[in-house]
Amino acid sequence: MKLLVLIGNVPDTTTKIKFNADRTAFDASGVQWIINPWDELALTRAMELKETTGGAVETITVANVGRQETEATLRKALAIGADKAIRVDADVRDAFYVANQLAQVCKGYDLIFAGIEASDYNGAAVGGMLAELLGIQSVSAVSSVQIEGGKLHLIREIDGGSQSVSVATPAMAIVQKGIAKEPRIPAMRGIMMARSKPLEVVQPVDTEIRVSFESFELPPAKAACKKFSEEQGKELMHALREEAKVL
Amino acid sequence: MTSINKFTAPDHYLVDDLLTEEHKIVRAAVREWVNRSVKPFIEDNFEKAIFPKTLIKELGEIGAFGPFIPVEFGGAGMDYISYGIIMQELERGDSGLRSMASVQTSLVMYPIFSFGTEEQKRRFLPKLATGEMVGCFGLTEPNHGSDPGSMITRFKDMGDHYLLNGAKMWITNSSIANVAVVWAKDENDVIRGLLVEKGMQGFTAPETHGKWSLRASITGELVFDNVKVPKENLLPGAKGLRGPLSCLSSARYGIAWGVIGAAMDCYDAAMRYALERKQFGKPIAAFQLQQKKFAEAITEITKAQLLVWRLGVLRNEGRATPAQISMAKRNNVEMALHIAREMRQVLGAMGITSDFPMMRHMMNLESVITYEGTHDVHLLITGHEITGLQAYK
Ligand SMILES: Cc1cc2nc3c(=O)[nH]c(=O)nc-3n(C[C@H](O)[C@H](O)[C@H](O)COP(=O)(O)OP(=O)(O)OC[C@H]3O[C@@H](n4cnc5c(N)ncnc54)[C@H](O)[C@@H]3O)c2cc1C
Repeated sequence: MKLLVLIGNVPDTTTKIKFNADRTAFDASGVQWIINPWDELALTRAMELKETTGGAVETITVANVGRQETEATLRKALAIGADKAIRVDADVRDAFYVANQLAQVCKGYDLIFAGIEASDYNGAAVGGMLAELLGIQSVSAVSSVQIEGGKLHLIREIDGGSQSVSVATPAMAIVQKGIAKEPRIPAMRGIMMARSKPLEVVQPVDTEIRVSFESFELPPAKAACKKFSEEQGKELMHALREEAKVL
Repeated sequence: MTSINKFTAPDHYLVDDLLTEEHKIVRAAVREWVNRSVKPFIEDNFEKAIFPKTLIKELGEIGAFGPFIPVEFGGAGMDYISYGIIMQELERGDSGLRSMASVQTSLVMYPIFSFGTEEQKRRFLPKLATGEMVGCFGLTEPNHGSDPGSMITRFKDMGDHYLLNGAKMWITNSSIANVAVVWAKDENDVIRGLLVEKGMQGFTAPETHGKWSLRASITGELVFDNVKVPKENLLPGAKGLRGPLSCLSSARYGIAWGVIGAAMDCYDAAMRYALERKQFGKPIAAFQLQQKKFAEAITEITKAQLLVWRLGVLRNEGRATPAQISMAKRNNVEMALHIAREMRQVLGAMGITSDFPMMRHMMNLESVITYEGTHDVHLLITGHEITGLQAYK
C-alpha cells in the first residue's frame, strides 16, 4: 500500500497571534512553524502501520501546499520517517484552492490521511473536498486505522460512542486526536537521513479563488479579575447576573 | 508549577538566523523529548537522588549519544553545532542528564572512535550509541584532580595481558557502566587508555552518596585490584596526557553549550513569574532592581550564545583550540551559575522550592564549575595561552 499524509504548516501553538495594521493578514514575523498537530499524529500512525504490518505499507509520502519556507516542516516529516515529500509551490488560499492544488499530486495512493482541521484557520474542509476531487471515499472523525488483509478498518468517533467501519481502497481518512498516542520525535539519524530523501516541488494549477479574507478580529482582551470575599455573596450573585450575565 | 510547555528560549540577537533548518529540527526534537520525558519527573528524581535509568534507552533512541560519530558506527554523522544544541536542550532539563550524555559521547565514544582499533570501534560504538551499553571515563584519582599527570594508577605488561592496579574517584556513570575508559601509566610512565569491562575480576565500581549536586546523576569510584585486562583492550592511538585532554576538549565544548540551557530555563521561569507576581500594586518585573537582574541575564546569555556559535563554527572547521574551548567553558558555566542565583532571588521564597528549577540548576552547576577543569584552572589555561608562561606549577 502507498500512504500519503497531508502536512499543514502552522504557527507553534504557543505563538502570540498578531495581524498587520489593517487586520487583513496574519503577521508571520518571528513565528515558529510546526506540523499541524493532527497531521503529525496522522504521520505517526502511518509510521506505526508501516512498522507493524509486515510490509503491507510500501511507502509513506507527505505533501503540502506552501512556499519554500514551509520546507522545514516537510523536512521534519521526512526526519520522522516519511520516504518522500511533495510541495506545491503556492501561497495557501481558501480550502478549495488548497484541495485543488493537492488533487494534482494525490493520485495513485491507497490511503490518504488528512487532519480533521488545521490548528491555525480551523477550516476543516480540505480533506473532504480533496476526496471529492479525487473521486474516492472519505471517512471523517477517524480515531483508529488498522490494515488487515489489504482492507482498511477504521473507527470513527460519533456522538456518545464510536463506530467501526471497513473501507475499500483508495480512501481518505480524516483523522482526529486519538489516531496515535503521541507524535513521534525525530531521531538524530532520521534528521540526517532526511537530507537525502526526495522533496519534489510542483507548480500550482490555475484555480479560481472563491473565498477571500476580509479582516480578522482578535477576541476581546480578558478583563481584570474581580475578587469577592466570603461575606460578599450578594455582590457576587449580582455581578454574575447583571455584569457577566451568566445566570 | 511552571508550565513547561510554555518555555520560550530567549534569542535577543536573532542567533537563530545563524542556525540551519536542520539545527532547528534537532533543537525542537530534543526540547520536545525533555518536556515529555524529563521535566515532569526531574525534581522528584533530584530530590530522591535517583538517576532515571529508563532515560538511557530513550536518549539512545533520539540519538543523543555520539551524534557526531559516523553513521557506520552508530552515530548520526552530525556537525558540532548540532552536538552543542543537543547538550543545551538536555541541560535545560538537568545538568545530571547532560553529564550522562556528555560522558557517553565525548569521554567514551570519542576516545574509542579516535584512538581505538577497528575491532574496538565495531564492538563498542554501536551499543554505546543505542544506550545498550553505558560507558564511563576514569581520569581523576583521590589524590590527583587538577593535576592528572601525576596519577598513580598503573599497569604492567604480563606477556599475554596487562595487570592494572589503582583507583579513580568522582567518576560519572561509574556503577552503571559496562565499559570504563581508564587512563593509567605503563611501565615507562606513559599515560595510556584501557577499556576495562564490567565483570573483570578485581574491578569494582562503588557509588558515591551524599552529593548535594548532580543528584540525578551517578558518581562513584573505580577500583582496580590486580585486574587482568586483555591486550586487545588497550587504545593504540593515545599516548600521553594529550589523549584524555582531547576527550576533555570535546566534553568541555558540549558543556559550554549545555549550561546555556540551564541559564535559559532559570531566566524564562523567573521572567514569567515576575510578570505575574505583584507587590506594591505592580508586577515585580516593573521594578528597576528586578529589571537590572533580567537585563544583565539576557546580556550574558546573548554573549554566551554568540561565543558557542563561533566556537561551533571553528570546531566544525577543525580549528577550535583547547584554549578557546576552555575560555567558553569557564565563561558560560559562571554565567549560568550567576543567573541561577539571581533568578532564584527574583522569586523570593518561591524560588527555594522544587516547584521552580533554579535551586536544582544552581546546585548542579557547582559540579559543572568544578569538573572538566575547575574554574580556576581554566583561568590558568587562558593565562598560559596569552602570556606563553604557565602558572599551574
Ligand atoms: C559530580 C562530578 C562528576 C565528575 N565526573 C568525573 C568523571 O566522570 N571522570 C573524571 O575523571 N573526573 C570526574 N570528576 C572529577 C573532576 O574532574 C575533578 O573534581 C576536578 O578535576 C578537580 O579536581 P579535585 O576535585 O581533585 O580538586 P583539586 O585539584 O584538589 O582542586 C581544589 C581547588 O584547588 C584549585 N587548584 C588546583 N590546582 C591549582 C593551581 N595550580 N592553581 C590554582 N588553584 C588550583 C582548584 O581550582 C580548586 O579550587 C567529577 C567531579 C564531580 C564533582
